[in-house]
Amino acid sequence: MPVEVRIPTILRKYSDGAKSVAAEGDTIRGLLADLDRRYPGIASQLLNEDGSLHRFVNVYVNDEDVRFLGALDAKLDQGDVVAILPAVAGGARG
Amino acid sequence: MFEIDRQSYDALVAHARAEYPNEACALLGGDGRVEKVYALPNAEASPTFYVVEPKAQLHAMTEMDELGWDLVGIFHSHTFTEAYPSRTDVELARYPEAAYLILSLADQDAPELRAFRIVDGQVAEEPVEIVDQASSAVAG
Repeated sequence: MPVEVRIPTILRKYSDGAKSVAAEGDTIRGLLADLDRRYPGIASQLLNEDGSLHRFVNVYVNDEDVRFLGALDAKLDQGDVVAILPAVAGGARG
Repeated sequence: MFEIDRQSYDALVAHARAEYPNEACALLGGDGRVEKVYALPNAEASPTFYVVEPKAQLHAMTEMDELGWDLVGIFHSHTFTEAYPSRTDVELARYPEAAYLILSLADQDAPELRAFRIVDGQVAEEPVEIVDQASSAVAG
């Protein structure tokens, strides 16, 4: 089912500059796979090599962080809005 | 050049001091200039690491979007080291559109604010200018 996905500035080079795109999936995992078919390479920016969600990438369904909704298994319904935001992180360590 | 008004600057210093010895973090929204400081929780509550609490980050960025603002700055404090991007800061920088502001509280009596662009691992410093709006309004 179609879902609106909001793309952060740093990933718009994959989405031809679009701030928001449509993609399909019943779960976040399926949605990201569909997104990567439409915009090749984008999933590699969001997922670790083992396929899990990168620690410093936040994905939200409507207003909720998917880490509280089952992470990549979070269910999607038609009309949901998915937002992707790189975490804002850093610090003096290292 | 990164211009910031005195009130916003004071808010950043106050936030950094309130969180000390942990690192404090904030987002700055605006339209060419700083309009609002979003002082946000550091989910790591650590003196050497920060992650803006994800829901607070979403809410701040959504408000900026709704107001037609840009993310003009990303702020955090270094409580014991200089106001320069660490290796971690550079590795985790994902917002090329924003200035990265770092406030050092290594000398607590003399906080030092510096600004940088961090794009593709490259760091470029921008001079910070703190503008006294009140005094310019009186002068005008």
